[in-house]
This record gives sequence, C-alpha cells and structure tokens, in this order.
Amino acid sequence: MADGRSLSSSVCIVGVDESDEIGNLPGKSQLTLHLEAITNAVRDAGLKVSDVDGIFTAGQHSPALLGEALGIIPRYVDGTTVGGCSFIIEVGHAVAALHHGLCHVAVISHGESGRSGVGVSPRRDTSLTGQFEAPFGFGGAPTLFGMITTRHMHVYGTTLEQWAQVAVATRKWAALNPKALRREPITVADVLNSRPVVYPFNVLNICLVTDAGGAVVLTRADRAKDCAKTPVYVRGVGESTEHVMLTQMRDLTFSEATHLAGEKAFRMADVAPRDFDHIMLYDAFTSGPPIMLESLGIAARGEGVHFFAEGRATPGGKLPINTNGGGLSYTHSGMYGIFPIIEATRQLRGECGPRQVPNVRLSLVNGMGGMLSAAGTLVLSNER
Amino acid sequence: MELDRPLPSPITPEAKPFWDGLRERKLLLPRCQACGHAFFYPRVLCPRCHARDIGWIQASGRGKLHAFEIAYQAFHKAWKIKPPYVLAMVELAEGPRLMTNLVNVEPDPKAIKCDMPVQVVFSKLTDEITLPLFEPVR
Ligand SMILES: [Zn+2]
Repeated sequence: MADGRSLSSSVCIVGVDESDEIGNLPGKSQLTLHLEAITNAVRDAGLKVSDVDGIFTAGQHSPALLGEALGIIPRYVDGTTVGGCSFIIEVGHAVAALHHGLCHVAVISHGESGRSGVGVSPRRDTSLTGQFEAPFGFGGAPTLFGMITTRHMHVYGTTLEQWAQVAVATRKWAALNPKALRREPITVADVLNSRPVVYPFNVLNICLVTDAGGAVVLTRADRAKDCAKTPVYVRGVGESTEHVMLTQMRDLTFSEATHLAGEKAFRMADVAPRDFDHIMLYDAFTSGPPIMLESLGIAARGEGVHFFAEGRATPGGKLPINTNGGGLSYTHSGMYGIFPIIEATRQLRGECGPRQVPNVRLSLVNGMGGMLSAAGTLVLSNER
Repeated sequence: MELDRPLPSPITPEAKPFWDGLRERKLLLPRCQACGHAFFYPRVLCPRCHARDIGWIQASGRGKLHAFEIAYQAFHKAWKIKPPYVLAMVELAEGPRLMTNLVNVEPDPKAIKCDMPVQVVFSKLTDEITLPLFEPVR
C-alpha cells in the first residue's frame, strides 16, 4: 500500500538503553559507547547479541565496524547519515526490512564522544561550508539555527522570554530524571541572564555537549511477544530531507522536511496531529521544538511556544513534552536522535518512576538533522 | 597583512566564476539559460528545471536582510575579528540568498531588523579573494 499502512504495527521496539554512563566520559571511545549501548539494549530485550542480524547506525562509524566489533556477520546493514535524526529515520528502514524478512532482530546504535572527542575523526567535505559560510565567521550549529530563530521572531513576534520558557519547562523534567546532567531548577530570568553566545541564544538556549551512547532493538510483532518487556508498536514512520545549506531552506520558519515526515507517519498510523498524549522533540535549541510543533501541524504557525507554558508541556501538564529533560538538560552527544526513542519507549512501558506520564497510549517522536534539514517522525504505541 | 578571517577553501571549479567576479568587484550569480532561474550556491544544474545549461549574471548588489545573529565569540579558529560582530543571511533582489556579514552597523539587536534594505560592500582580503559583505542602505 502506498501510504505504508500495511507496515503499521508489524514491528515492535523490544529493547532500549543508554551506554553504561552518559555525560563527561574522557575514558571511553566512541566504539565503546556503541558497544555498551548495544549490549545493554539487547539485554533489556531479553535477547542475546548473537540474535542480532541487522545493524543500523549513523555518524562516523559504519555498520560494518559495529558488526566486526560485535563479531556478527549481519544480513542487513544501514548507515543512513543525515544528521541527528538518522536513528529515527532508521526505525522506519528497520520496520521495512524486518516486515519483509530481510533480517529478524535489528539494532540501531549511537555512540558519540561529542564532548571528549575520543576516537573522533574530523574528516568531511567542507567545499560548501568552507566557501560560503566559514569566511563570514559561521561555524557550528548555533551560528546557523539562530537565523531560523530571528526570522521566526520577525515574522511571528516570538520573544526571547518565550524561547526561554522552553528551557525552563524542559529543566523541570530533567529534575525528575536521575540520568540528566543538569537538574537544578532554572527560571526565565536565569535563561535571559545566562552567558550570551550568539544572539538570539544565550548558553541556556543551547543543548548540552556530552559523551553518550544509546541503542534500540526491534523485531517483528509476532516475535516481540517472547521478549522480556512490553512491546512498543511502531505504528507510523516518516522521513524527509529539505536542505543542507541553510540558505536553501524555503521558509526559515517552517520545516518542509518535518511537515512531510509527520504527514507520512500520521497517515500510516491513522492518527491526527492532536491525538498524542506524550511528545518527544529534538531540542538542540529552545526554538526547535516550537517550530517542529508548527511544522507538524500540532500547533498553529507562530503558536508553538505557547505549548511550553506551565501546565501544558511541564510535569503534570496536559501534553508532556521532552520528559527525559531533552538535549537541553539530559544529554546531547551531537546526534541526539536515539534518546527520544529510548524515552518514548520507557514512557509507553511505564518505567519512568517520578517522571512517568500517567496513561500514556500514543507517543510522538520527531527529530531533525542539521538545521531542520532532515526529519524523522515516529508514532509509537503500547497498543497495536 | 595578517588575515582576520578564514579564506574560502576549497574553491570548487563550479564556483570559480563567482570568486573571479568578486575580484573585479562584481557580484555574479549563476542563472539557468533554460528557465531564467537565478540561484546560489553555484552548481552544474538548475535546481528548478534541472537543465544543465548555466550562465552567469551580474547581481545589483541590493537586497534585504533575511535573518541575522550577533556573535559574542569566535566560532572558527581562524576568526580574529573582535566580537560582537553580525552574521547575516541576505536575500538578494534577484532572489537567491547568501550568508555574509552585516557591517557598518551597531552590533545591537535594537539597530538591526529583518527585511531592512542592504547593499553589497566589497572587502578585499588578498589579491585572489574579495568577499561580498553587506551594509544597511541609508
Ligand atoms: Zn532552470
């Protein structure tokens, strides 16, 4: 079927976990972060590493290296690397491969020494950024995502106070997550008075920089029943890419890639944008989640920030968002996309202790790659 | 003289006319000979109609500030200009956007507005390289 509905709920997430530790880990290589996360997630599923026959990863390490390090000769590999949402997109690829029997147990792995740089190679093609961005002082994500943010402020009148509210709401969740790096409460004034980095961003508008690994294990729904934990059904998947160079983004205030990814995932899952009771959004910057809500059609254009007011996205609120504390306060190794999948799975299993959202049935995961350049969307549920 | 910012590198063959034009204080843009679409960055096909017949036009050098940032630190190891300085995305009158710096302006969010009219300022770095910077139209 063209809209992917025949794949809906045919595959489940059966295992998730981080590396043994996340945070500041100068003693661990990227490969170690991968291998810890994979073994932990496979154990969480009640499976053995030798059961894995599909290897999916993104970033600097190829699935071939992970296969080698694990001592596995995989039947299926995928190294799609379109930025931090690659792992979210790879859930869709794994669903297709598992559904059609191209592999039987898929692991999607992330390992990144983003803070300490252990085992990091800087090699990449810089012919576009080197010619058309670097000579003007651009370098790194904050110097680019800020453009999206000032344009949104111009078009919709969004304020620095409103963006700050996103950091404050997310920190409230981090306070409830023992694995979060930053747990002390913050106020809007704290954000506005924190160190200016590049207007419109102060340091508290920008995600953490950490070392971390994470992995997700998937198998077909019929086999998932034999795994250790409550299966989480992948009801919808969507992906797209729009640009790499920010000048090429059609409308800086609206992500076409996110819109298309969401539309595909919602149609496959047969849900509407307002149906979710838990949402995980890739928060590299405070302005990211509101613009994603707008691009997905969950918020009207220019109104995404209102979702982060007290009593909505916050603990006890009507629509909890980024319940792990997000890239802003929990962890952000560089390619954060594996972690919102892990958190959504834990919420749908009811494993989240003080931060557990009551009666979660339907969870949305949406991530970006680059500067809203690529997008991956998942509709996950503990019901088929 | 010691350079205070990174030189464009590597210069790709398809972008060479752009850099050659700047040396003569001309802002050149690639334009599709088939459909007339002007675009930037340079590439060997038209991103609108996918024709492979690309020529060059001289841009007016006028445009609007599409978005901006004010940097309070260096973000590139070769950047030596003292902060704060203004990072800018300019939309040219001909349509394409490019990244640049807004100069001859107070680096203060109160002094800078999206969509304000701007014009090119040619800034010679070396005998080979001149950069297109922009300033507010007064
Ligand atoms: Zn054309």
